[in-house]
Amino acid sequence: MAAPSYGLIATFDTTPDLYHAAEKVRDAGYRNWDCITPFPVHGLDKAMGLPRSIVPRISLAGGIIGFCTGMSMIWWTGEVDYQLIVGGKPLFSPMFAFPVSYELTILFTAFATIGGMLFLNGLPMHYHAVLKYEHIRRGMDDQFFIVIETRDPRFNLANTKALLEKAGGKNISELEA
Amino acid sequence: MAHANHADTAAPAILQEVKPALLPRAILISNNRSFSWITEKICGIIEGKTPTWWWVCFALACFVASFTVAGIAYLIATGVGVWGHANPVNWAWDIVNFVFWIGIGHAGTLISAILCLLRQKWRTSINRAAEAMTIFAVVCAAIFPVFHVGRVWYAWYLFPIPNSNAIWQNFRSPLEWDVFAVSTYGTVSVLFWYVGLLPDLAVLRDRFYSSGNNLRSALYGFFALGWRGSNRHWSNYEMAYLILAGISTPLVLSVHTIVSFDFAVSLLPGWHTTIFPPYFVAGAIFSGFGMVLTLMLPLRAVYKLEDLITQYHIDCMCKITLATGTIVGYAYAMEFFIAWYSANPYEGFAFINRAFGHYAWAYWIMISCNVITPQFFWFKAVRNNTSFVWILSIFVNVGMWFERFVIIVTSLARDFLPSSWGYYSPSIVEIFTFFGTFGVFSVLFLLFIRFLPIMPMAELKAVTPQADVHGGGAHH
Repeated sequence: MAAPSYGLIATFDTTPDLYHAAEKVRDAGYRNWDCITPFPVHGLDKAMGLPRSIVPRISLAGGIIGFCTGMSMIWWTGEVDYQLIVGGKPLFSPMFAFPVSYELTILFTAFATIGGMLFLNGLPMHYHAVLKYEHIRRGMDDQFFIVIETRDPRFNLANTKALLEKAGGKNISELEA
Repeated sequence: MAHANHADTAAPAILQEVKPALLPRAILISNNRSFSWITEKICGIIEGKTPTWWWVCFALACFVASFTVAGIAYLIATGVGVWGHANPVNWAWDIVNFVFWIGIGHAGTLISAILCLLRQKWRTSINRAAEAMTIFAVVCAAIFPVFHVGRVWYAWYLFPIPNSNAIWQNFRSPLEWDVFAVSTYGTVSVLFWYVGLLPDLAVLRDRFYSSGNNLRSALYGFFALGWRGSNRHWSNYEMAYLILAGISTPLVLSVHTIVSFDFAVSLLPGWHTTIFPPYFVAGAIFSGFGMVLTLMLPLRAVYKLEDLITQYHIDCMCKITLATGTIVGYAYAMEFFIAWYSANPYEGFAFINRAFGHYAWAYWIMISCNVITPQFFWFKAVRNNTSFVWILSIFVNVGMWFERFVIIVTSLARDFLPSSWGYYSPSIVEIFTFFGTFGVFSVLFLLFIRFLPIMPMAELKAVTPQADVHGGGAHH
């Protein structure tokens, strides 16, 4: 090989074609492979055998940190650092601290959710082998691709190509790394 | 199972299985459009030549926006006294305009978040523009309280940032809660919007690259963060989107609840009521849908988007406007009832004064715009008449501005002691500043429709029949 290969890419024209092909690749036992779709295809996670996303755990952690930040900030500023009596109200009470803590819960959950999603997806990543594929534009538009990486232990140029062909893939070509 | 045999012999008293009625699915994208048609349609708006009407509208919007700039520049140079506030009405157009604009923003979040959780797929056509509307409305809203502080260069005192006075914010005040509510709302709205834009920015990146426009490709590509449509990414992305929708729902409800606390936590007659939070939230959604209709109907006509914003979408929006408008009407009636039932003379007076006092003109504008206008939406003929719907939506916007004016000004102008009564009129500076915010909003919105996809292409494609993996598509 002249240039190191990233993997094989195959094109599918319709959603059902992609779905059934993904099931075949999953059943063949591949691990390092992916589907490229212009929109989230309902049910494809199952066809690919993907586990449930762990983004919610990161979100929960963010939310808890946000709520604690709100409560402790209001307690520390009002009760500890600079005591100021206003309107005869207590220096700290979880009641009046609640609205701000509530908003910070939401704010920190949002940060954690988006940060977590980007982290898990390895984004931003402006350079990627898949993005160099000459027809990638169609993958953002109306076509579907399956990419099987060379680093997959089951990858074998001939066999993998045969599998993709059998699954109905068209224009099977090698991706430059 | 024992009862199974029984069911064979006689008609069962209790049905073993209840089958839901089979209703035809509403068609969300007319004329059976393909994936690439959607891409071409939405991207075509951005890639095409800037239309003449856009330049005309943009110039006009900039001119109108200059009124806000002039009003604010004069205020900064002179002092907050250039506004018409004086004892006893120390809060007037600034807070009226603030609540008005924040309320408008709420429909955007409702469409993107609450309708997402309720799996109302019709939201996909309008959610991007509605979210943009939210962000721009929050920008317009923020202008008023920020400049009302007088010395705007001290506006950062609103946030708990250590300063040389060593003093902290008063977290017992609903105004401080409002700072957190509105800034969280603004931030989360921008993030939610941006996350929704990611896949569409990637589409534009690749399209500009193949058409040889490397500069625009690099710009869109930078913000697309290298999105490549990977299903492993979509899996996390969809979960994140769902969570953002899940947290935006309590957020949008809490923001207007906290805005209403600005009034409800005080002791003034006409403000100190427990109905305020739900009533403000319903009013916000009502005004927001009014604004969505005001914006989307011309957009649909100009860009010929009838296949994407169908009559079904307009029907849905009209019905939500009707429902929330009726809730608002109910709240008006209930306020009056409670004022009488509470047997509190100040409370009773506040409401009689609203309807028949010096500001009765404002009250009846509010009632006619907010209670009567939406009732037209009961009729299908009205909902089908796009121009008439648009005119009604303008009335909704006007009515909701007057609602805030009535609540805020009448209560302050006539409080407990007749010796402190007064009458408030806005100064020309206030009128300029408020008028100009429509220009600020329009400038931002026009830039949005020129440079960003006005509809979420990925989400639209996902609701087409051919997106179904089990071959529900009409063509293969």
